Amino acid sequence: MKKRTLLLTGVAAAAIATGAFADGHAPLKVGFVYVGPVGDGGWTYEHDQGRLAVEAHFGDKVETVFQENVPEGADAERAMTQMALQGADLIFTTSFGYMDPTIAVAAKFPDVKFEHATGYKRADNVSTYSARFYEGRAIQGHIAGKMTKTNKIGYIASFPIPEVIRGINSAYLHAKKVNPDVEFSVVWAYTWFDPAKEADAAKALIENGADVILQHTDSTAPQAAAAEAGGVITFGQASDMGEYAPLPRVSSIIDNWAPYYIQRVQAVMDGTWESVDTWDGIGPGMVGIGEITDAVPADVKAEAEAMRDAIAAGEYHPFTGPINKQDGSVWLADGEIASDGDLAGMSFYVEGMTGEIPN
Amino acid sequence: MDLSINPILLVASLMVASTPILLAAIGEMVVEKVGVLNLGVEGMMIVGAICGFAIAVETGSPAVGFAAAAIGGAILSMLFGFLTQYLLSNQVATGLALTLFGLGLSSLMGQSYVGIKPPSTPKLDIPLLGDIPVLGPMLFSHDLMVYVSLAIVAGVWGFLKYTRGGLILRAVGESHDAAHALGYNVILVRLAAIGFGGACAGLGGAYLSLVRVPQWTEGMTAGAGWIALAIVVFASWRAGRVLLGAYLFGGITVLQLNLQAAGVAIPVELLSMSPYLITILVLVIISSDRNRAALNAPASLGRAFHASS
Repeated sequence: MKKRTLLLTGVAAAAIATGAFADGHAPLKVGFVYVGPVGDGGWTYEHDQGRLAVEAHFGDKVETVFQENVPEGADAERAMTQMALQGADLIFTTSFGYMDPTIAVAAKFPDVKFEHATGYKRADNVSTYSARFYEGRAIQGHIAGKMTKTNKIGYIASFPIPEVIRGINSAYLHAKKVNPDVEFSVVWAYTWFDPAKEADAAKALIENGADVILQHTDSTAPQAAAAEAGGVITFGQASDMGEYAPLPRVSSIIDNWAPYYIQRVQAVMDGTWESVDTWDGIGPGMVGIGEITDAVPADVKAEAEAMRDAIAAGEYHPFTGPINKQDGSVWLADGEIASDGDLAGMSFYVEGMTGEIPN
Repeated sequence: MDLSINPILLVASLMVASTPILLAAIGEMVVEKVGVLNLGVEGMMIVGAICGFAIAVETGSPAVGFAAAAIGGAILSMLFGFLTQYLLSNQVATGLALTLFGLGLSSLMGQSYVGIKPPSTPKLDIPLLGDIPVLGPMLFSHDLMVYVSLAIVAGVWGFLKYTRGGLILRAVGESHDAAHALGYNVILVRLAAIGFGGACAGLGGAYLSLVRVPQWTEGMTAGAGWIALAIVVFASWRAGRVLLGAYLFGGITVLQLNLQAAGVAIPVELLSMSPYLITILVLVIISSDRNRAALNAPASLGRAFHASS
């Protein structure tokens, strides 16, 4: 009997939207599902920094749990279900491939809030959030185009999803703008995290003449391979990767999830959480540009910083027409700016790129 | 189509890419030959990777690092040996647990080694042989571990085929009861093989963290141990075929990345799955001969032994 009363009280507390938390009841439980290990030095590392920031900010008002190395696919569903059953109130699923599992699990736990990173499917209790990494890619493309001597730029891509394709196009457009002879070779690694394979891919690109390596995979292995080869520059991906500065790493894209995570946890506590789609860039601080080292000539550095500031201020959009698709058809007319919808579903290369996007 | 791939560099990077799985696979082959199925290869590799990395960084000597990796892998394998041989625990479950344990232990040990550069492993400069025009840079300009791995393969092959010790080892793997009746210490022989397997896996892991990548990252083996296990089965427990399988797998992995980098117009999906497809295909074909692959499996593989039974 007592138990039932307790349960009812619990339900009532939940119904009046978490006023209970402030009264020193059970802390809000926040779960995180990671695709790689927290020590990958890149993508997952930054998400975990966000988790730690949540803990630091809310103290004992929250309890966080995480599971690392969760493969994309059926196993992800198991991991999320387990977290929901353990009483998590809010679950962040931090990889594109968790999209369908997140939607499926969310349907089974309508009272649990879900936040899926980089996806495009939402539900009443599923929000999506991502960062405009392509803004950072534009700056990398600019530096790469200016600094390459062989005019060959290697790109280690992970999976052929819009997020990755956007990055390639953005970097290519801006490299091409300052260096019309530039060529991109893209290697699809079909993994987010496999240091040995990433290192092999970097070596293959370098052996084929690339002297700039851009990566969209999560480990620092390509940085190590570039350092070993010498005469090659790289950019930190997702995390600063500053231990490889000043060379080969000359700059980086840093994901800063902490403010968003804190804001969303707060929203659950206040009972104001709603399903939204957040896509922030350099301006709001979700994308950071790591320090541009002295290995970059001063004038190039100044141009890159000017571009960063223009993007942050909203004066410049990396996808501003005229831009044609790879097949020569017009995508954006002169002065036209790409819509978010177009960007979110981007599945084509821009004009000048060689090779095909795998299906 | 621009075939700008340099075959010399390709063969050279093939040998480097294959060495970790070759080392792990040849060690596991010996373990399976003695009738023990150790699924903890991945765990022993990653512990070897961090042991080797940490010691190489602390001492500044990659050679000491590799020795430490072998010892680290062997110690971890002894845990498996103790559980399965003395406490007669289930080998499959224990092996899986060993992998999970190894992954966790290694990230704990590696906390303070993220982002550090290891001392570089020198490439051998073999006089004469290294000066041969094409073959020199292809085959004779690697670091010592590449040749050590080949020597281990040759040694294992010779040991199993020509020595009394090899015969005892195989006898234990085929029928532990018969070997026991003949007065051989089944458990001791198995522990020795498990230790050897652990040391080899440790060396393979250290090759990843000290030469192939070279850095320490959590979970950096990323499934290499499982590939090694598969190669042992497809190689139908023969040393020569383990070498073939490992080089084939490593070679095609490197080749497909090079083909992509060179912009060859073959669908990427095909290229990405080619290492798995071709390795399986070739090893299936060569093992479908008169000696069927299944007959090559050690008869006591995976079975627990207790002297009283």
